[in-house]
Amino acid sequence: MKSHQIILLTLSLVLGQTALAGKSLTIAAAADLRFALDEILDLYRPQHPDAAIEVIYGSSGKMTTQILNGAPYDLFFSADIAFPERLHREGFAVTEPSVYAIGRIVIWSKRQDASNMRLDDLMQPAIRRVAIAQPAHAPYGLRAREALQAGGLWDDIQPKLVFGENIAHAAQMVESEAADVGIIALSLARFPPLAAHGYSVIDDALHEPLTQGYVVTRHGSDNTLARDFARYMMQAEARAVMKRYGFELPANE
Amino acid sequence: MIELSPSDWVAIRLTLKLGLYTTGILLAIGTPLAWWLASGRSPLRTAVQSIVALPLVLPPTVLGFYLLLLLGPRGWIGGSLEAIGLTHLAFTFTGILIASVIYSMPFAVQPLFQAFTALGRRHVEVAASLGAGPIDRFFTVILPLTRGGFIIAATLSFAHTLGEFGAILMIGGSIPGRTKVLSVLIYDHAEAMNYTAAHQLSLLLLAFAFLVLFIVYAVNRRFDTVRP
Repeated sequence: MKSHQIILLTLSLVLGQTALAGKSLTIAAAADLRFALDEILDLYRPQHPDAAIEVIYGSSGKMTTQILNGAPYDLFFSADIAFPERLHREGFAVTEPSVYAIGRIVIWSKRQDASNMRLDDLMQPAIRRVAIAQPAHAPYGLRAREALQAGGLWDDIQPKLVFGENIAHAAQMVESEAADVGIIALSLARFPPLAAHGYSVIDDALHEPLTQGYVVTRHGSDNTLARDFARYMMQAEARAVMKRYGFELPANE
Repeated sequence: MIELSPSDWVAIRLTLKLGLYTTGILLAIGTPLAWWLASGRSPLRTAVQSIVALPLVLPPTVLGFYLLLLLGPRGWIGGSLEAIGLTHLAFTFTGILIASVIYSMPFAVQPLFQAFTALGRRHVEVAASLGAGPIDRFFTVILPLTRGGFIIAATLSFAHTLGEFGAILMIGGSIPGRTKVLSVLIYDHAEAMNYTAAHQLSLLLLAFAFLVLFIVYAVNRRFDTVRP
C-alpha cells in the first residue's frame, strides 16, 4: 500500500466516525431484557427513523458502577429498582425510579426437560454444573441465591455452581451445554429458541421480588428521546411484548 | 458465506481505527524510548524497561481498573479535565486509545530495542562525524538499517491491539461506534447466543492473526541480522 493510500484510509476512518449527527439515545439495560427489549426497539425504531438508538446489556450492578463513573447512558432499565434508587440518591438520575416490570426466575436446561424440575432436583448427581448469575452485582443471581438459601440447598450446591457475569451469560452457559442446568430469568427462557426446551418457574415466595425499575440518568436529562422511549415502554405495544416474555407489569398510570 | 451486519461493520471500522492510532502513537513514543533504552545500562533504564513490559504479565483487568479510576470523572486525570470544563475519558474512544497504547507498548518497544541494540552506535557516530544532523541520521542511517524492527513493531502493536479485550471492556464499556471493538462484539454475540455472527467475526480475527504472525516471521528471516 502506498503512503497516500494509507493516509486516505486513515482519513476515511476518522471522518466516518464523526459523521454521526442527529438525535441519539443510548440505553443501558439489564441482561434479562436482552430479547424483549430488542423486539420492542424493532417496533420503536421505525417511528424515529433519524435517531441512532443503541442499547447496551449487562448486569444491573455493573451498569450502575459505569453510570457512577460517567458512562454516557441516557436511560437505565435495571433488573432491581434498588440500583436506580441509589443513582437517584447520589444525584445521577433526574427522574424518580419507576417500576416497569416484575421478573421471575426459572430452572432451565437444554440437556434435559426442566419443565417438572424443582430446586431439590438440582442436587441429583447427574447434574454436575448449575449456572447462576453473579449474585454480587446481578439481581437475578442474587434472587437465585436467595431461593437456594430458602430451599436449604445453598451450602450443598456450592461445588456445582458456575457464575455468569450477568443473567444472559448464565443462560448462554446452559445453552452451550457447558452447564447442565441454570437458574435464569423467565424472560430469557421465553425466548423462542430456548423455550423449546422447557422450564419451570421457581416459587416467588422463596425470594425477594424482582422489582425492575428505570430512571433517566443525569447524562440523559436533556434527551427528549429518552423520556419518549420511557413513555413508550408503558404503552400497549411495548407491554404486549413484555407480557409475552413473562414479565408481570405494573398497572398503567 | 460471510455476511456481516451493519453493527459488525461499525465495530470493524472502530477496531481498525483504534489499531492505526495505537500503532502510530506507539511508533512515535516507542522509537525514542527504545533508542534511549538501547544506549546504555543504568538502574533507571532497567526500571523503565520493566514498566514498559508490565502489560505482558498483568491481567488486562488490572490495567482497565486503574485507568477507569484515573480517567473517570472522580479520578485524578478525569476529574481535572472536568474541573477545567472538558469531559472525562472513561467510556470514550480516547480512553480506550490510552489503554491500547499502554497495553501494546511492549510489543512496539521490544523489537525496536533489539534492532537498535544490534545496530550499535558506530554507524550513527560515523554519520554524525560526517556532518549529518539528528533527523538526517535517523532517516538515512537508522531507519533503513533497522526497518525489519520497525515492521515487526508496527505489525505486532496493530495485531495486539485487535486482540485486546479486558482493559477495553473495563474502561470503555461496550458502546457501539465508540468503544465496542471486535473482541467485545464477539463476546456480546456469544452472550446473545448469536453463534453465527460470533463465528464469522472470530474466523476473521483468526485469519488476520495468522497473517500478521506470518508477516512477522517472514520479515524476521529476511532481516535476520542488521546488515552493515
